[in-house]
Amino acid sequence: MAKGILGTKIGMTQVFSEDGKLVPVTIVSCEPNVVLQKKTIENDGYEAIQLGFKDKRQNLANKPQLGHFAKSNSNPKRYIKEIAGKEMSNFEVGQEVRVNIFEEGEIIDVTGTSKGKGFQGSIKRHNQSRGPMSHGSRYHRRPGSMGSIDPNHVRPGKKLPGHMGAETVTIQNLEVVKIDLERNLLLIKGNVPGPKRGLVMVRRAVKSEVIQPLDPAEYVEKNNSSEESVE
Amino acid sequence: MSQQLISEVTNGYLRTDVPEFRAGDSVKISVKIKEGSRERIQIFEGLVIKKQGGGVSETFTVRKVSYGIGIERTFPVHSPSLQSIQVMRKGKVRRAKLHYIRGLSAKQSRIKERR
Repeated sequence: MAKGILGTKIGMTQVFSEDGKLVPVTIVSCEPNVVLQKKTIENDGYEAIQLGFKDKRQNLANKPQLGHFAKSNSNPKRYIKEIAGKEMSNFEVGQEVRVNIFEEGEIIDVTGTSKGKGFQGSIKRHNQSRGPMSHGSRYHRRPGSMGSIDPNHVRPGKKLPGHMGAETVTIQNLEVVKIDLERNLLLIKGNVPGPKRGLVMVRRAVKSEVIQPLDPAEYVEKNNSSEESVE
Repeated sequence: MSQQLISEVTNGYLRTDVPEFRAGDSVKISVKIKEGSRERIQIFEGLVIKKQGGGVSETFTVRKVSYGIGIERTFPVHSPSLQSIQVMRKGKVRRAKLHYIRGLSAKQSRIKERR
């Protein structure tokens, strides 16, 4: 599907664009990811690469994990994610993936875990409206009717109070404003799901135009050039 | 740590040629305006009624009265589309935000010079 990289959200700020406009950006720190494993159609039935991000202490990893990390000669990693698709299939196991797989101005999708809100009512959770607060209405912030009495139960999917947030959210079609290869930073226009220091996955947009013509030769060229710049 | 990283990133966008000014000062600002491929300079002169924010996000608001109509424009202090900020007169005021000046007549809204 797409190329991608793992990172942590640092925070938001503003920068000036070339035409002097102040653009809101989220800074995402993507220290070099390591390719831990390649999944192939012959072996696994699908194509993907497995990325590891952020070192952890040796004693936090168990024996099977240590064996897995040893295959790519890397330190134990805290976060491991797969990125499906053949776009990054030219990366080899043990190779580093850095922010320069993206270009400035490229359209991306960002996936993260949203901030947890706890148990919330249906007004905050489902954007419902409240009843009148006065004139004896006695109906202020309740979720409304439970539906007809005919089925003798509440229909599944009825919007009710419950746990809100802390779910996987993808924001599509964000723009890469700037790439800082020295500090391994991505500056992304707009906001990104999750708290500061939360894990985010930055991938090329599903709806980007480039995705239509699947030309393997193009990817080879692209990967070669990015490999050179890594070294 | 993260705040330090953010300031490192934004430090590259800060201007070093911004003069020191505060609310109550009169300033003359040259704004670059792009019209297609041509670029021209527009001058906006007036009283600074507030400064807010910090770092790259710092902005200031300038008020002037043009043909009897008050006009306020807010500029980012570090904007690259400002060619220059000139401080014409330093004013002596006892507020950081001069919103009260909007309701005053021209005679009442005079500000003493700070020395």
